Amino acid sequence: MAVPEQTDLTCQELVELVTDYLEGALAPRDRLDFERHLVWCSWCRDYLDQMRTTIELTGAPSVEEPASPLREQLLDAFRDWKRTRE
Amino acid sequence: MAQASSGLLAANDDAVVVAALRRGDESVFTELVNAYSSSLLRLAQDFVRTRPVAEEVVQETWLAVLSGIDRFEGRSSLKTWLFRILVNKAKTRGVREARTVPFSSFVGDEDTGPVVPEERFRGPDDQWPGHWASPPVPLDTVPETRLLARETRQRIAGALETLPDTQRAVVTLRDVAGWDSEEVCEALGLSEGNQRVLLHRGRAKLRAALEDYLEES
Repeated sequence: MAVPEQTDLTCQELVELVTDYLEGALAPRDRLDFERHLVWCSWCRDYLDQMRTTIELTGAPSVEEPASPLREQLLDAFRDWKRTRE
Repeated sequence: MAQASSGLLAANDDAVVVAALRRGDESVFTELVNAYSSSLLRLAQDFVRTRPVAEEVVQETWLAVLSGIDRFEGRSSLKTWLFRILVNKAKTRGVREARTVPFSSFVGDEDTGPVVPEERFRGPDDQWPGHWASPPVPLDTVPETRLLARETRQRIAGALETLPDTQRAVVTLRDVAGWDSEEVCEALGLSEGNQRVLLHRGRAKLRAALEDYLEES
């Protein structure tokens, strides 16, 4: 088995590759470097973990209040729609 | 009744939400409207010229959700479908208004430079140049209740709002709406590479907002 040449990806370089990594857009060689860095660097694992959590939380529904006239109109529309179904 | 379905969205179970909508459960409809109308409105404004038109597009989107809910098959998530309806309607309106959205022309105009400030890394004279000097907070030291608290999500939502338009559009469609990259590129007229750059910069700022928030108190 060919041993890949030792590279020295730094943490500073790794953070710029995180999206490419998560998107599966890294070349196999770069992916290997990335994952090898993660093996020994718990700080970068923490960074990646924060990024994954951020993505998850971005997708979690948050309670926001829309402009109220819009909501009132929508609720009226909803009640009309509901009546048509009864 | 309002009590019973409060927080139904949080369970993240489309089948339950869709069934409630079909039954005409007003509280679940309200919950959806509250959760997504602001994101829908901001996204609509990327395609049409004025806020009133964007509001109309959002209104039409919700009506289309109601009239289409019986035919919704759940092949995509409800959110993904909701944002698809919005983008289709907004694009139709944008074309009618002759507004073209040159998203791709903004790429690269926006911020450049590192996504994590260089002060957080060790300098060139250090034994470990380019490695963390002030490393990220390990999330397993943060109580789960804090991470899942409404305020944490609101911080991230607030940071999303302040992103440059194209970054916000990309992050909204990818991470809020759950679209895949291909669909986002097509809708916004972006190349894969540009989409990834925008996603990268946008997500990095949201992560920084999360970290700032966790480091408070």
